[in-house]
Amino acid sequence: MKLFIRSILAAAAMGSTMLSAPALAETKLNALFMAQAAYSENDVREMTQRFMKANPDIDVNLEFVPYEGLHDKTVLAQGSGGGYDVVLFDVIWPAGYAENGVLVDVSDRITDAMKSGVLPGAWTTVQNDGKFYGMPWILDTKYLFYNKEMLKQAGIDAPPATWDELNEQAKILKEKGIVEHPIAWSWAQAEAAICDYTTLVSAYDGSFLDSDGKPAFQAGGGLEALQYMASSYNSGLTNPNSKEFLEEDVRNVFQNGEAAFALNWTYMYNLANAGEDSKVAGKVGVVPAPGIEGKSEVSAVNGSMGLGITSTSKNVDAAWNYIVFMTSQEVQDGYAKLSLPIWASSYEKPEVTNGQEELIAAAEKGLAAMYPRPTTPRYQELSAALQVAIQETLLGQTSPEDALNAAAENSGL
Amino acid sequence: MSGDRLTLRAWLMMTPLLVVMLAVVGWPLIDTVRLSFTDTRLIGASGNWVGLENYARMLTSSRFLETLKTTTIFAVGSVGLEMVLGVLAALLLNQAFYGRTLLRALLILPWALPTVVNATLWRLIYNPQYGALNALVTQFGLSAEYQSWLGEPGSALIALIIADTWKNFSLVALIALAALQMVPREITAASLVDGAGPLARFRHVILPYLAGPLMVALVLRTIEAFKVFDIVWVMTRGGPANSTRTLSILVYQEAFSFQRAGSGASLALIVTLLVTLLACAYTILIRKAAGSAN
Repeated sequence: MKLFIRSILAAAAMGSTMLSAPALAETKLNALFMAQAAYSENDVREMTQRFMKANPDIDVNLEFVPYEGLHDKTVLAQGSGGGYDVVLFDVIWPAGYAENGVLVDVSDRITDAMKSGVLPGAWTTVQNDGKFYGMPWILDTKYLFYNKEMLKQAGIDAPPATWDELNEQAKILKEKGIVEHPIAWSWAQAEAAICDYTTLVSAYDGSFLDSDGKPAFQAGGGLEALQYMASSYNSGLTNPNSKEFLEEDVRNVFQNGEAAFALNWTYMYNLANAGEDSKVAGKVGVVPAPGIEGKSEVSAVNGSMGLGITSTSKNVDAAWNYIVFMTSQEVQDGYAKLSLPIWASSYEKPEVTNGQEELIAAAEKGLAAMYPRPTTPRYQELSAALQVAIQETLLGQTSPEDALNAAAENSGL
Repeated sequence: MSGDRLTLRAWLMMTPLLVVMLAVVGWPLIDTVRLSFTDTRLIGASGNWVGLENYARMLTSSRFLETLKTTTIFAVGSVGLEMVLGVLAALLLNQAFYGRTLLRALLILPWALPTVVNATLWRLIYNPQYGALNALVTQFGLSAEYQSWLGEPGSALIALIIADTWKNFSLVALIALAALQMVPREITAASLVDGAGPLARFRHVILPYLAGPLMVALVLRTIEAFKVFDIVWVMTRGGPANSTRTLSILVYQEAFSFQRAGSGASLALIVTLLVTLLACAYTILIRKAAGSAN
């Protein structure tokens, strides 16, 4: 009898191990992220490890591409029948994704606690036509970074509050020989240039499209923004290599002490101010991008990104669990040095604010002023046309007016 | 065995391969042709038949003509340089000198390097702030200021041509070197005795042996240069102001970034047709050259 019981126990034990073994990692998720700015690749891997530890039945396979390849990779995978369950997407893509049914509508899954806890501005990142296509994850805008030491050397007390002031201060720095080209931007033929341009459009209170969805950037604020870029470039106050810079080039130039001012995303603050390879550590100041007298106090572009579930995913529930974890306040607060949390109450926590009080102060104003790039399913074409317009203007091939008129014609709208 | 049966057997034995080829090459090609007559988008509903509209719009658009011009300059420039440098390098490496084997082995390195790695390295060399090229030209006093090599339309295309040449001249050199081994020593020796100078020897003795293999290298390289995508994509993404946008980049943009699969397909087929025409022209040239040599 004893033997009988023992063998039953043994069988039960064996049975349970046999059952639990395949239960491990029974769901496989493929997730697509980008390998630049905001959270680093290592951060994302670490967060994901923690998620998999808490959910041993889910195995998340990560893939990283440069930002420049994120959109096309997502769309291509979709066109060939899927492959990814969770994708990172930029604020400008939901319109096109919604039109083509790339992402799952998750409006029903968003709880009231999420709705009230997350900053209102962050939600615009994932919304289209009143529907939610994911959770906001990276809450970002471009700030004006400045080198405190250089400004002090030039006898400048406070960083610029208007774009005109920026020019005046840059001029002083250049004339005193403190820095050859005081301002660095990311004006390469890429989306980065559009982000800088949008910041200026918001400062000049311009608009991209009119109420019928037709181009409106050729006049008013849109034109003034490009004129500002051209004059800053032609005056030599802007580093002429800006026209081939992406964000990382701007960071390199700034943290090597070769620029007094730079427009860049949140992530540059801690890397330049506390990074081991930074020559300007401890000297970095940050303020919201300036405004234009009579038109705006500050300016900002909505450069936020969200996490969504593709419509080809077969594991929507597991994918949502993963997204909820990645965007949770607890996880975001732990990595607040490279990307600020989407949660309103995080900004009162010392673990988030300590050591980056200046950035938080700038974020308070900047994030509230975030200006959207145009919401249209044809965004990629519009952006490509504007990128060329900016480059042609900087190269002196054409006037800002003609460049923007041509862009309006080639925008596909 | 009669000829007919031999032919039949040959076809039978090739059938598995032909089926695979049809499945992986033939079917996508036919589907691309079908796509090119529609306004299909990359994702979403299938498109409508639009006849030749895609072709008409592409062939008359200024961006196609500009891109064709850019691609032609790139192809002629890089292939031309590669042929000249390749032959010169082969002639040098055909000489007997100490360390020749090592140099011959090194020759294959640029060609063996993945294009993306090569492009990234050249991007660093051309970097406007910290690049080696800027250090070189300023230290030699050729320029007082650092240049934005990839930021100016004029220099960007030349910079790309140089980067591509560095990688691919070694293929030409290898082919030419192999051909040089075929030149009989007696003939070169005889021409020396006859008092032919180095140029005359190259023109009348060596070149006839090189012509055939070089023609093959020329065909391969021209076709590849016409299809160039990766090196441009990594180094300039078609910028500044679209001055380095090649045909393949235009296809990519049209089909994938803008998601117009239909018109992207038509453009891809136009490029295919152009490359095929080039290949045909070369083949005829090679046959003619071979015919006259015999």
